[in-house]
Formats: sequence, structure tokens, C-alpha cells
Amino acid sequence: MRLETRKLLDRAFTGSGVLAIVLLSLALVVLLAPMLVRGCGAIFFTATVEHRRVMLEKFERGDRAAVEAEIAQAQAAREPVYRWLAGFDAQLAADDGLRRSYAKPVRELKEAVHKLLGPAPGSVRPMMMRDQYGQTRWDRARIKLAGVLYREEWDYSNPRQGGVKVMKPRAADFAGTSLEPMFAYLEQNAGRMLLPRRTVYWQFITDESYDSHFFGGIWPELLGTIYLTVGALLFAVPMGLIAAVYLAEFAMENKMVGLLRTCISTLAGVPSIVFGLFGLAFFINTMKVSNSKSVLAGSLTLALMILPTVIRAAEEALRAVPHTYKEAALSLGGSRWRTVWSVVMPAALPGILTGIVISMGRAAGETAPIVFTAAVSVGKPLSLWQAFSQPTPALSWNIYNLATEHEAVDEIRHVQYGLVLVLVVLVLMLNLAAIIIRARIARRLRS
Amino acid sequence: MRVADIISGMWNQIGNSVAVSEAAGPAAGVRVGGALAEPQAVAPVQVDAASVEVAASDFSVFYRRNQAVKQVNLKIPVARVTAIIGPSGCGKSTFLRAINRMNDLVPGCGREGRLSFGGHDVYSPDVDVVTLRRRIGMVFQKPNPFPKTVFDNVAYGPRLHHRPDAGTLAEIVERSLVNAALWDEVKDRLNENALGLSGGQQQRLCIARALAVNPDVLLMDEPTSALDPRATLRIEDLVDELRGRYTIIIVTHNMQQAARVSDHTAFMYEGNLVEFGVTREIFTKPREKQTEDYITGRFG
Repeated sequence: MRLETRKLLDRAFTGSGVLAIVLLSLALVVLLAPMLVRGCGAIFFTATVEHRRVMLEKFERGDRAAVEAEIAQAQAAREPVYRWLAGFDAQLAADDGLRRSYAKPVRELKEAVHKLLGPAPGSVRPMMMRDQYGQTRWDRARIKLAGVLYREEWDYSNPRQGGVKVMKPRAADFAGTSLEPMFAYLEQNAGRMLLPRRTVYWQFITDESYDSHFFGGIWPELLGTIYLTVGALLFAVPMGLIAAVYLAEFAMENKMVGLLRTCISTLAGVPSIVFGLFGLAFFINTMKVSNSKSVLAGSLTLALMILPTVIRAAEEALRAVPHTYKEAALSLGGSRWRTVWSVVMPAALPGILTGIVISMGRAAGETAPIVFTAAVSVGKPLSLWQAFSQPTPALSWNIYNLATEHEAVDEIRHVQYGLVLVLVVLVLMLNLAAIIIRARIARRLRS
Repeated sequence: MRVADIISGMWNQIGNSVAVSEAAGPAAGVRVGGALAEPQAVAPVQVDAASVEVAASDFSVFYRRNQAVKQVNLKIPVARVTAIIGPSGCGKSTFLRAINRMNDLVPGCGREGRLSFGGHDVYSPDVDVVTLRRRIGMVFQKPNPFPKTVFDNVAYGPRLHHRPDAGTLAEIVERSLVNAALWDEVKDRLNENALGLSGGQQQRLCIARALAVNPDVLLMDEPTSALDPRATLRIEDLVDELRGRYTIIIVTHNMQQAARVSDHTAFMYEGNLVEFGVTREIFTKPREKQTEDYITGRFG
């Protein structure tokens, strides 16, 4: 090959390598940036007075006097709205004709106002907590305010286009009535009625949730994930290490052991949903480790899923330990177990730990194995004792659940992103920990 | 330049060291020669039964079908330095590793005949390999300190066998390092990783580690093959210092080394023990043609 050609080829390879890395980083940015930004939106956001009320009433957080003063202030700003509505109600009661034409629009208007500001003073306390408070987040409140000011309508007049959504101002619906000025007042004074303020709600991570995530945080999910992951490790690590030590140090190389290795590799490739079903069939239905879904059953299933990875990583690490270490220990009169324990294991530790932490990340992130064995969509944080018999919410499962099965997906978007962020950060931190641990031990081993 | 000096003055040294060791005491009951007329290939070095440390009789080692050591008869005297020389693949390392049963680890490795240590069959079923290896220390071809501190390396053996208190342990470590002529170099670095030492220091650390369990025998499997001449020299000096206190069996490629450090030399070729005798005689007037050819560098 000519020198020119070779140089050109070299450059082409370098170029494509750089390109691949650039593309990868771009993909990462495109993927991670919205997650990060919108996930942070669950913690850093502009909160209304309703948020502070929830904090005070449900979590007893905040300065009671100050919050009550704020509530009174907001109530004063809202007062005219309720006065207009009450006045119009009185007019409707007096005039049958008026009532016939305005009964439905007024009902809808009142619902929209309720969504924005919470129940009217003096009304019956609603059952659902989400109906007991107005909008806690200013971004959501702005959307609800639009819902008060405008009415959605579908225009089918153009047959070629199909339906078109049109926003009709409600002010026009009530033109000429005593309610007309209310809309302008609402638009101009929304801020005074809800008192938006920048807030750092870091307790999002440590609060339990109320009314299926309309309020509060994600602690039960986070705790559930921690229980499941730690539980999985408690089963998988000892078993995996023993198996790896056996395979690497004690097993005779014969067909049975070869078959065993093949089985382990195959097991590592089994889809996680199969593990989930197996966990349900075996741990819950056959072994009856719990009556129904439980953290214990989920941990066992996850442990089974990560076991092959732990075994393979540990076995590779043990095999990579120089033979001379083992010889030295044996020649000093170490028994095989002592040799493995005091020389081979410490030298293999970086590799073993890396395998464990990567498995940990996988266990924390997997959804399928816990769907049938451990996860529920809503729950209280469990005590350690309850973990043996109770199911738990978990980050991975609730991301899926909130995005697909929640009755008001749009209302709790921020919680979804918050869950995603916490899970991603958790897994990244585990991986980072793996890298750091590995580097530190490797440095200690190398001198 | 020092190496050249040493080599030129080699024969003197050998003479001295043998003289020293023969004056060492009752162990020096080695009688050489007298059996030249005997037809067998192996030179009959006569050793008193009480002063034999390791004895092989018709001892063979197999790797599956391949016979690596062929019916070797050898009596290695106590408290002396015995060198085993021979070309690569002659079975000298295999024989050495048979003595402390390191070959047990090799799958498919079998043996025949008898190999005894201190009068007991090494391979008898009631032998505890752990105890055996504690009494027969080993130093390997490449320095192989554990990736631990210098102190922990030396303390590994003592910690394995009994649990000495901190004071005793420190004493053992110091004594072993002094014996291995390493103490002065590492006394301020005891808590540093052993892998930070130089190759020669690492090898002496391995010797210290082996000495720390107070063995009777020290097997050395080409201990200087991975070291530079200077470090090699230090190891050889060390072997010289250990003479008389331990039975040392050293396998080496380096004939000058064998000539310099050993009292007795065994020459092996293709699994057979060709000749065994006092080093001075092996190197000055070998009885076997093969030995002579090897020593004079005609093959090997």
C-alpha cells in the first residue's frame, strides 16, 4: 500500500472515531438535557400560595402565621370573584329565562374557577384531596387560568379539514351580564390571588405523596427502589461470589462445568419480563414467600436476574488475578480457602465491585421483574419489617405507571420527570461510585 | 565489572564456601566419591541418613502421558545449598515443585516412586499439605509479592499459621527482613506497597516472606532469572548468608550461579538425573560426558 493511501486511511479512521464520539455526546445531551431540566422542575419551580398551604396543612412545614397571612391576602384578592359569582347565582335564581340559557356555562365556569383556586369559601369540603386545593404550581395555574378565560370548542364547519380546536373567550359568553367584568379582573389579578413565588421544594425527594402524586414527593418510590436493590444484592452477592469462587478456583474443567457456564451466560441474556413472570410463578405462587406481591419476592426476582452478571464479572476478576499470587500464598502454607480469601479476593476486588455496582444499577432501573412481584403504583413508605410482606412503589415502575396509567397524566408531568431524574441520578451515582472505588483499590494494589 | 571479577574468582569462592559449610558442624557428613566404579548414571553422593533433608527414590513425575521427571534418585543434605542445573524443560523445576507439592495444582499431574522429606513420604495420604508447605518455603522465578504493604507481605505467613500479637509479629517481620538483607532498605517503607520496590528488593522480600514462617527448606526456582546482575549478586550473597541455617535447593539456568553458591550440584537432562555431586567436582571434573558438554556450553 502506498504511503499516501495509508495516511489517508489513518486520517479517515481518526475522523470517523471523532465523529462517532461527537454524535454520541450529542445524543446524550439531547437525551439528558430535557430530563435534567424538566426533572429539576419538580424541585425548583414557582409555587403558589396553595403549595404553601398544602405544606402547612399536610406536612406542618412553614411559618404558620406567615402562610395564614398569605392565605388571607389571597382570599381577599379572590373575594370579588366569588362575589360576582354569588351575585349572578342570585340573578339566575330570580330569572327562569336567564337560568335556562346560562345554567350550563355557569356550571362549567365554576368548575374552571374551582380548578384554579380551589373550593369556594363556605362550600362543602370535597372528597378528593386534589379538589381541596387550588393549583400549587404557577405553570399549571396559568393553564387553568386559560381554562377559566377560554372555552374549548371544536369547529367542524370546514369539511375538508375535519375538526379544528377553537378557543372561545368565556367573557363573550357572558357579554352583557353582571359577570362580564370578572374575566378581566381574573386575568389581571391572578398573581394576587395565587401569590406565585420561586420555591425550592427539595423535600420532593423525601416526602410521601398524597392523592396519587397530585401532592407531595416520591419518597415511597425511592425507598422502594432502595429496598429492592439492596435486597437483591443481599441475595445475589453472596451467592454470586460463592459461585464465582467455585467456578474460578475449585471447579474441575469438565463438561458439567462447561455446561454450567453456558447456562449462566444464557441466563444473563433472558429477557427481564421472563424473570418477572418466573418470580410470580415461583416465589409467590409456589414458594409462597409472601401472600401477594412483596419487596421480598421482588428482591429475590431481581437477585436472580442480576446473578449471572455478578457471577461472570466476579469469575473474570478472579481469573485475572496473577497465578503467582496464589502460588505464593499456597507455598507459605495457606489452605485453598485462606488463599482465595486473603490473596485472590482482595486482588480481584476492583473487578468484583465493578460487577456488583453495575448489577446494582441494573436492579435499580429494571421494571419488568417487579411488575408482577413487588410493585404497586401508590403506597406509603414501608418499614423494614413490612418489606417482607408488603408491596412497594418503585421509581422505575412508577415512571411507567404515571406515564401510562395515571388518570390525570398531564397534571403530574413534573412528578414523572422528577422520578426519571432521581432514577437517572441514582444509577449515574452508582456507576460513578463504581469507577471511584475501582480506581482507588486499583491504585492501592498497584502501589 | 564486579560480575566479571566474581566469575574470574569463582573457583576460589566455591572452595571457600564448601570449606565453610563442611566446617559448619555435625550436619556436614557428606562423603563424596568412592563409587565411581558403579555402573549407574547417578553419582552416589553418600549422605548420612540423619543429615538427609529431602530424598527421592525412583521418583517420577508425569504430566498426563509425558514423563517430566524420570526415576530420579537423589539425597539432598540438610543445611546445604544444592543447585539443580540443566537445560530448559529438563524437569528441574518440576522436581523442585514436587518437593512442596505445588504440582498438586496442575491438573493431570501424577507421580511414581517415593519422595521423602525428613524421612516422611511427602505424598503419603496422611500428610497435611499446609504443614508441609510451611516447613518447605519457596521462592519463585519472578518476584511475586502480594499487592499489600511490605509489612503485610512478610506477616502473611505468620498470620496464617498462628495469630501472633502485634509485638511478636513486628519482631518476626524485622528478623525475617534482616535475614533477607532487606531491613535497612525498607525499614522506613514498611507501610508502602510492596509492588513499589525494585525487582531485586521484591525478590528479597519474597525470601523474607518465606523465611518468616521459619521453614526447614527453602526451594528457589530460578530466583534471579528476572533480575539484573547487581540484584542477582545480592540474592547470591543472601543465599550464602543463609547457608547452614536452611536447606536450600536452588534451580538455575545460570551455571556460574550454581558454581558460586552451591555446595552440591545436580545436573538433569530430559527428566533424568545425570550427575549429582559436590559442586567443585561437577564443575572441574564431571564424570559424565553430558555434564561436561553442558557445563562447557556445547549444548543447553
